[in-house]
This record gives sequence, structure tokens and C-alpha cells, in this order.
Amino acid sequence: MLFLFWTDVLIFLLVGMVLIFVLYARRREHLRAPWREVGRSGVAMGSLVVLVFYVAIGLLDSIHFRPALSPNEDNGQVKYANEIVSVFDWLVTPLKIREEKTYSAPFAAFLYTKETVELPDGRQRRQFPRLKYGASHLTDPETEKTTDIVTTGMLAAVKGLLVWGVLCTVVIAALGKWKHQALRSVLGQMRAGQTTVRWRSMLYTLGVLVVLSFVAADLSMKYHILGTDKVGENVFYQALKSIRTGLVIGTLTTLIMLPFAVLLGLMAGYFRGWVDDVIQYLYTTLSSIPGVLLIAAAVLILQVYLDNHADEFSSVSERADLRLLFLCLILGVTSWTSLCRYLRGETLKLREVDYIQAATALGVRHFTILTRHILPNVMHIVLITVVLDFSALVLAEAVLSYVQIGVDPTMNSWGNMINSARLEMAREPIVWWSLFSAFIFMFSLVLAANLFSDALRDAFDPRLRQQR
Amino acid sequence: MSDAFITVSDLSTHLGSDTRPIRAVDGISFEIKKGETFALLGESGCGKSMTALSLMRLLPVSGRIMSGEVRFRSQDLLKLSEAEMRGVRGGGMTMIFQEPMTSLNPVLTIGEQISEALRVHLGETGTTAREHVLDLLDAVRIPDPGKRIHEYPHQLSGGMKQRVMIAIALAGQPDLLIADEPTTALDVTIQAQVLDLMQQLQQQRGMAIFLITHDLGVVAEMADHIAVMYAGQIVEQAERETFFSNPSHPYSRKLFESLPTMAKRDQALYVIKGFVPSLQGRFEGCRFAPRCDHAMTVCHERPPTWHVAGRRQVLCHLYTRGEDVTRLNEPPITSTPVGCFSQTERESEPLLQVRALQVHFPIEAGLFKRTVGHVRAVDGVDMAIRNGRTLALVGESGCGKTTVGKSILQLIRPTGGSVRFDGAELTRLSHSELRRRRSDFQIIFQDPYSSMNPRMLVGDIVAEGMKVQSAGDTADKRRERVERQLQRVGISARSVARYPHEFSGGQRQRISIARALAVEPKLIICDEPTSALDVSVQAQILNLLQELQKEFGISYLFITHNMSVVSYIADEIAIMYLGRIVERGTVRDVLRSPQHPYTQALLSAVPTLDPEAQREVIRLQGDIPSPSNPPTGCYFHPRCPKSMDICRQRYPRRSPVNEHHYVDCHLYTVDEPNPVGIKS
Repeated sequence: MLFLFWTDVLIFLLVGMVLIFVLYARRREHLRAPWREVGRSGVAMGSLVVLVFYVAIGLLDSIHFRPALSPNEDNGQVKYANEIVSVFDWLVTPLKIREEKTYSAPFAAFLYTKETVELPDGRQRRQFPRLKYGASHLTDPETEKTTDIVTTGMLAAVKGLLVWGVLCTVVIAALGKWKHQALRSVLGQMRAGQTTVRWRSMLYTLGVLVVLSFVAADLSMKYHILGTDKVGENVFYQALKSIRTGLVIGTLTTLIMLPFAVLLGLMAGYFRGWVDDVIQYLYTTLSSIPGVLLIAAAVLILQVYLDNHADEFSSVSERADLRLLFLCLILGVTSWTSLCRYLRGETLKLREVDYIQAATALGVRHFTILTRHILPNVMHIVLITVVLDFSALVLAEAVLSYVQIGVDPTMNSWGNMINSARLEMAREPIVWWSLFSAFIFMFSLVLAANLFSDALRDAFDPRLRQQR
Repeated sequence: MSDAFITVSDLSTHLGSDTRPIRAVDGISFEIKKGETFALLGESGCGKSMTALSLMRLLPVSGRIMSGEVRFRSQDLLKLSEAEMRGVRGGGMTMIFQEPMTSLNPVLTIGEQISEALRVHLGETGTTAREHVLDLLDAVRIPDPGKRIHEYPHQLSGGMKQRVMIAIALAGQPDLLIADEPTTALDVTIQAQVLDLMQQLQQQRGMAIFLITHDLGVVAEMADHIAVMYAGQIVEQAERETFFSNPSHPYSRKLFESLPTMAKRDQALYVIKGFVPSLQGRFEGCRFAPRCDHAMTVCHERPPTWHVAGRRQVLCHLYTRGEDVTRLNEPPITSTPVGCFSQTERESEPLLQVRALQVHFPIEAGLFKRTVGHVRAVDGVDMAIRNGRTLALVGESGCGKTTVGKSILQLIRPTGGSVRFDGAELTRLSHSELRRRRSDFQIIFQDPYSSMNPRMLVGDIVAEGMKVQSAGDTADKRRERVERQLQRVGISARSVARYPHEFSGGQRQRISIARALAVEPKLIICDEPTSALDVSVQAQILNLLQELQKEFGISYLFITHNMSVVSYIADEIAIMYLGRIVERGTVRDVLRSPQHPYTQALLSAVPTLDPEAQREVIRLQGDIPSPSNPPTGCYFHPRCPKSMDICRQRYPRRSPVNEHHYVDCHLYTVDEPNPVGIKS
């Protein structure tokens, strides 16, 4: 049975808005031109592939349902499980269910802690016990493990390369058909990097990602490739599940912040006078309150509410989702001020520009002037800010969860992973893999986003455009 | 020639990519003699500035010199190392730019900036440098240099900044001063001061000036030798007298003919058809051939060669063929006499009647935004425009003429006075009533680049006003009207689906006119509509405005500082100084016999085309005072050469010179109280 969290609804709303914008922009040259510029940048297109990869996982993880229990009862009514899972959970079920007792290192065959084991002859001995799932197919892990990892990895890589080859052929064929060119000439242009969109760097990045995912998928069927955490949960699974949390924070916050920032910024700049005074007063006040303080207060208030009304929620994950949404909301409320200030300044400049004066002289209404003349001319600022803010917000989530005012502790997030790994840093030997995994996943997402936003700014910022 | 001290031969400069370069300078040769002024004349986009930057080797990043030789002090500048070149820049030759506002560093005092140049070129420091700075400031006639030396650029007016720039340029004791449109950003009275200064300095120091300009008047005033540049090439070179008495290249002739003057009032101006070609392409024949009225087959086939006749060189096929070059037959133009005042018009109620219009902007200070004073941008202006007539509002920058225009349209709400338009008092109308009447009065702006939303299609831009003013129209009907308007202003109807950036400045100005016309206005306020355009394009726009006036009986309020445009297009003229109108009357009366000392000074400062004309420039002292703190009495008295005691005490009353000519000056007040109202 399909089940929608609040954040799911908003995410698909956002995807819908992006699609509508793409369709709208396709027909308008002034909107298409800067995007073409982005398309010419190899780094940006490579980053885009990485981002799309992340988004795909995030979207799969945003379609939730309650799985049907086997209808073994007589009345024939299908019962649904209480637990809510996502399509992504369902796809990676083996990762999810294969839980060990406690910590185990990446690719380990033995647990990380000694346990008292009863030997067949009745004696008791403290030793590192074998893992239930990790490397359980090997009889003598000491000798066989390395060869097994290498052969499995190689095989998976070959599979990955084959799939990549097929994907490349499909892309090239589609391009050839679209542009009415021979496949050979499309391939030639692509390899020389002469295509208007940098397909070469996109396909190379795709290749790396496909091969990596195949290797990771095959190996994780046999091993815990990034180890397990304190309660024996697969860290790789946790890191993948955290993608959705990061994306939700990074995108929904801006969705919440945009109406405030755009509406108030445009109004302050356009109407000036007392409207401007009120809005300026509002955002100056708000931006002088330390953001963390505001977030801590809001999250704690929400937590009290959730604890007092626990019976209104059907599951723990529903409560966690509400907390996530609330976190986005409060982050949005604290972060709209800087964009608002930018937009106010730009609107102040624009309202004196001749074409706005001409529109006023023609008797065009204020609302029309704002939406038709001013908004499209500040849109590049909005876009640049949104993309730049995205990576900052993903990082902010990690920090907030670390100080325990972020997402719900039961929810998978990079911040929570770091938080739970914090204490183990002092341990000897050190448990490093939770922190490491969170770092790698977060780093590649934020790096891709930053590289992409750099190219975006180069293409959209009129001042930078003049310098080229 | 031996006395040439800079010789440029076959210089070519390319910009942009290697595959499709913009040939900004395409094989030009000239030489400048010691102590002479060499003027490079041409429209924008012809490669004038690139020529200057190539000489200095200060090209933008994408620019490169492809070939040629620049001989200066017996060395080839193009072969010098960058370090050697640095010694030449500032020392041997130096440059001043068009925009004095951005050429000075805002965080250094002008003394520091001048002494920096002294330190670099002469190695002077300390007291010697300070004294030298004072000398230089004195040489460029900056009053009270001892005080000014410690001031920052923002404390100086535009004309002063340009003088400081000249002082910096002089610091290295250069032999050649390159002046790139040095007075284009300045007002006409200030321009006269700066040009005069440049001439004097040249005589004193014997340096050569390489003057780049588009203004024929400035050329006539300054130049000894003239080169006309077109599409990356020099097409004509001559001595000043030869050039002005008989310009030879068809392009040079066209430039003269498209200048608006009083004598051409009753006819359409000559225009050069088409535009300056893109310099990206290759040219088969003569570059001017597609726009030339005398083009022959040969012009389209192969490039012309230099024809040398005495002190004149022309790059034109007409001359190599040995035709009679002195008299080229110009195609006849339709003469359209402008009628005189008819009795009925004189008696009719004026379309626009402005009385005692005031726009004061409050100056706020402190935490609670207390009003501490007012900027009196417009301080009691009276004017009237009748149906189908043109009133020119003339004044220097900062005198409030644009504010007058905007406050008539109620884009800025006036703080006092009345604006009666067609029987309605605009200042008292509510927002919605005003919105309904807005189709009657429209505005055209100066800058064709900022007057249209870059993210809207041309069709939508023109249709915008129609949508608001006649909401009932169907989309098809509206589209048809938009296309008709565009065609009326000479833009193809297919342009509706294109964006403004695809059009040139002149075309954009036409689209702006179409947008204003689309709502069928009775009055159009033209706020310097041609001052950002080249002479030939200006002629096209002026012709269009004239035609539209005749066709639809539209009245214009023509805001400008360009006297030749005024003399061509206006019926009446009002001279504005510091928020007030000091003189008004018919164009003939005011331009032929100006009464107010300011009008006299303003008219005398306009450079004339006739180099032989002996005119006495009335030199005004100082700059326009700040409108936040106008002088007591007559606002003009601190600068007035004829000021009297009474001028300091009270503002003069309006005195009639004749039936249509009034002047606000104590020189003309009659003793008996003369209650002159607003008679128009």
C-alpha cells in the first residue's frame, strides 16, 4: 500500500516544478542560452551526472509503501505491515536485513570485539567470532578472502563496463537519430569534445559510477563493504539511506525559503517607503539572532510536542519525517534573509531602469510589473543562490545532527552517522568506517554541487559574462 | 616626411577568436607631426578606440596586433618588450579616456595620484613632487590647488576630474597625448573649457594630440589634420581647411549632411542607409559600397585604392576614375515645409500646461530619518505645449530637465504646482484614473539598451501598452496592430518573435517609439532620444519623429542638450538652469538673439562646423551649484559675467522680450512692476 510522507509530497512537487520550468525554458531563447553555456563546461556536466545519480537514489527512497503481509488468514483481506519501507529499501533488502551483532570492519570476516564462545568440546574461549553474513561463504577467510574480493570485484567491473558500453551506444544512437548524423561522426565529435553539450565527460563520469556501483553491489552481497555499526547495521546501507535526508534538507529548505525571500525582497525594493522599512526591520532582526539558537529552540519545542502526542503517529518513521520537515522549515526561516537582501538591492536598481519606467508610463499594474519585468530579471540571482545554498545546507545538516538538534536520531543521516561514530574515535583500535563513509558520501555530493554551481554562476551572472 | 614623429603603417588589430576574428583595425596608416592635433573621426564600432589602444599596446585580453609598424622616436613600438613599453606609456605618449568618473581611483587623493605619475616618470618625491603637483594643477586651471590637492575624486565635478586626468597625463611630460572622446561625457560649457585647456597646453608644451571623436564640431574646433575612419579603415585624410570646405569621400559628405541644423528645418535630413557592417566578415569591394548612393559596379567588386590630391587622400573608386569630384549629385529629398503659427492654433488651449511645477526630494539624516533639507531638482517650472508642436527643454546635466519630464508623466509625483493635460489636472488624479489616462502621454528614453526588458519578445514589448489600455482586443487584432506599428517605424513585422538584443541601437530606439505609438498618445516626452546614437542614426530617428508628428499630430517635449538637434526639430525652446527655466521663446528668437547671459554662454560654447567662423566663447566660471543649496538671488549669478548687486539679492521676475519670448533676468526687468503671467 502506497504511503506518502509529507516530505515525499514536497519532493515530488519540487520535481514537478523543475520539469515545468524545463519545458518553459526550452522555448525561450534567453533562458536556454545560459544553460547551453553550462552544457559546454565538461566539469559541470560531469558533476551533473553525479548529482543525477544521487537524486535518483533519493527519489527511489522517497516512494514509500507498507508491504503486504502474506494473506494466510481466512477472510482473504490483505494485511499490511506496520513498517513503512521505500522502493529503495525493497531493492537493497539484503543489505538491510543482514545485521551483525555489533561492530565489524569493512570486508571483515570476524566481529570487531571478542566474545566468549563455547567450543564444541564444551570449553569456553574468548575470541573474535565469525560474522553471520560477512564473508560467511568462505571456509578459511584468512587465505581465501583477498582472492575472492579481487575476482568478485573484477567480474563485477567487467559487467559494469559492458552495461556502460550498452548505455553509451544507446546515447550515441539517440543523438545520431536526433541530429540526423551518422553514428561514426557523432562518435568522432564526441571524442574530440566538439559537441555543444559535453557528452564525453558525462559518459566518462557515468562509466566510473556504473562500474563502481556494480563492484559495490556484487561485493556487498558477500561482505559488509563499509563495515557495520554498533548494533550491527550495514554502514553502506546507512550511507545510502542518508542521501535522501541530505537532499531533502538541501532542496526543501530552499523551496520553503524562496517564497519569503522573493516576495519580500521584490516588495521591499519595488514599493520602498514603509513596506521597505518593515521588511528590512524584519530581516535585520531575524539575521541578528544566532541561527543555531533559533533552530535549537524550535526543534526542542517540536520534540516536546511529538513526545506528548505520540499516539497521533502511526509509526516512528512518521514522527521522524515530521521532524525532518520541521527542520527544513526552520532552516528556511533562518536562511531567507541573505537572498532577500540581494533581491531588494537588485530590485531597487531595476525599478529605476527605463523599461520599468516605460511600463509605469503605459499604465501597467504593479503586480504585472513585478512578475513580468522584475522577477525574470532577478531570476539568475535566485538560481545561483539556490544552488550555492544547497551544499551549505547539506553540510549544515551534518553539524546540526552532530549537536543533536538536527534530524531524528532514528533517521539515517550523515550527521547522525558522524554523531554516533564520535565516541568511537577514542577507542583503540579505532572505529573509523562510519565517519569515513559519511565523509566520502557527503564530500562527493557537495563537491559535485559546488562544481556545478560554479559553472552555473559563470553562465548566469551578467557581470562575469561580460569578462569573457 | 621628416617632421612626422609617430608613423603608423599598415596596422591591423584583431579581437575575439582566431577562427572568426573581429578585424577592428584593418591595415591603417597615418602619421602625426610634432605639435599638431590629429583627429580620428568616425561612428561607433569603426575601430577608433582600438587604434588608440593598439598604439599604447593596451588592448583587451582577446585583442592582438596582427601586423604593422608603429614608429615612435625612431623605434618600433610593436617590437619593444613590455618593460620598455612601460617607459613609453606615460612618458612618451599618454592617454585620457572618455569617462572621467571611472578613470580616477576613488580612494586616493588627487595629489597622491598625480605625484604617483611624477614618481614613476621623473623620479620626483617629497617637496619637489608636491610643488610640481601644484604647478600641474595650476596648469590645468584648477582653482585653489593647495586645497584641492588633498581632495578625493568624488569631491570634484566631472569637468574637474577630466582636468585632473589631463594633469596626470602631463606629469610624464609626454610628446603625444591620446584623447579618446575626452569631452563626450561633459556638458557643452564644460567641454568648451576642457577643449580650450587642451589647446593652450598644446601650444605651451608643443606636444601632439591624437584626438578620437565622433563629433564634427569638436574636430572643427581642434584638429589640424583629420582622418575619417569607417569599418576598420581610414577612408579619407586631409588638412582641416580642405576637409571642411569640401569633404570628398561619400561617407564624409554623408556625415555632414546628416547633421541637423536650423537651415535644414523644413526638410528631412539626409540619412545613410543601413548600418556599419560587422567587422567579422571579409569584404569584397569597398566597405561603404552597400550604403553609398554613388556606388558603381566596381565598388562592389574590388577594394578602392588611395587617391592622393594635394593634401588630401581619399579611398574611393570615384576619384581613381577621374570623375568630377567636387560636385556629386545628391538624390533629391522631399521638402516638407513646416507651417508658421496659424491664428487658430495660437488661440487654442494648450495641450499641456505646466505651472510652478516643483519636485523637491527630501534629504534625510539620522536614525529617525529627519528631513534636514531638500534637493530642489525642479523649482517652479512653467511651460506649455500646443497640439502638434515641439517644445525643446535644454539644459546641462543635473539641471533637472529629466525630472521635469518624469514629473509631467507623474512617474515622479511633483511636490507642488500643477500639470494640466488636455483639461485634466494630472497631479490630482488618483492612481486608477491616472492609469486610464496614461495612453495619452508617453516617454522615449535616452539609452536604447536599458529601455526594453531584455527577457521579453519585441512583439510583447510593443503589445504591453495595448493590453493594458484596450483590454477588450483579441489577440489576433492586437498582433496585427503590433505589426502595423513596427512597420510604421521601419522595423520588419517578422521582428515580433525576436529579442531586443538582436537589434542595433537605432533599431531599438525605433522599437521604443513603436511601443509609445501603440497606445496612440497625444504627447511624447523624448528624453534625449538621440544622444546615445551616431550622427547618421540620429538623422533617421529625427526624420521618423518629424514624420510621425505630421501624420498623427503628436506633440513632443524634447529634452536635450544638443543645440543642433533643437534648432532642427523644435518649434519652441525653454532653457533650464538649476531647476528653473531662465528663458523661453520660439527657436528662431532664442537661438538668433539669446537674451539671458546663460543662454548666450551656452550657445557660444557649442562648437561650430565652420572653422573660419570667429566666435567669442563666453567662458563660464566654475560648475553648476548643487540644487540642494542653490545660491541666493538669481541662481546663475555666481557664474554670470554680467551679474549686478540686485542679482545676489532676489530672483528676477519674468520679462517679455516679445510676444513669444520671455527671459528671467534682472538685466531686462523694467522698473514698473510687470505682472507677467503665463501667456503662451
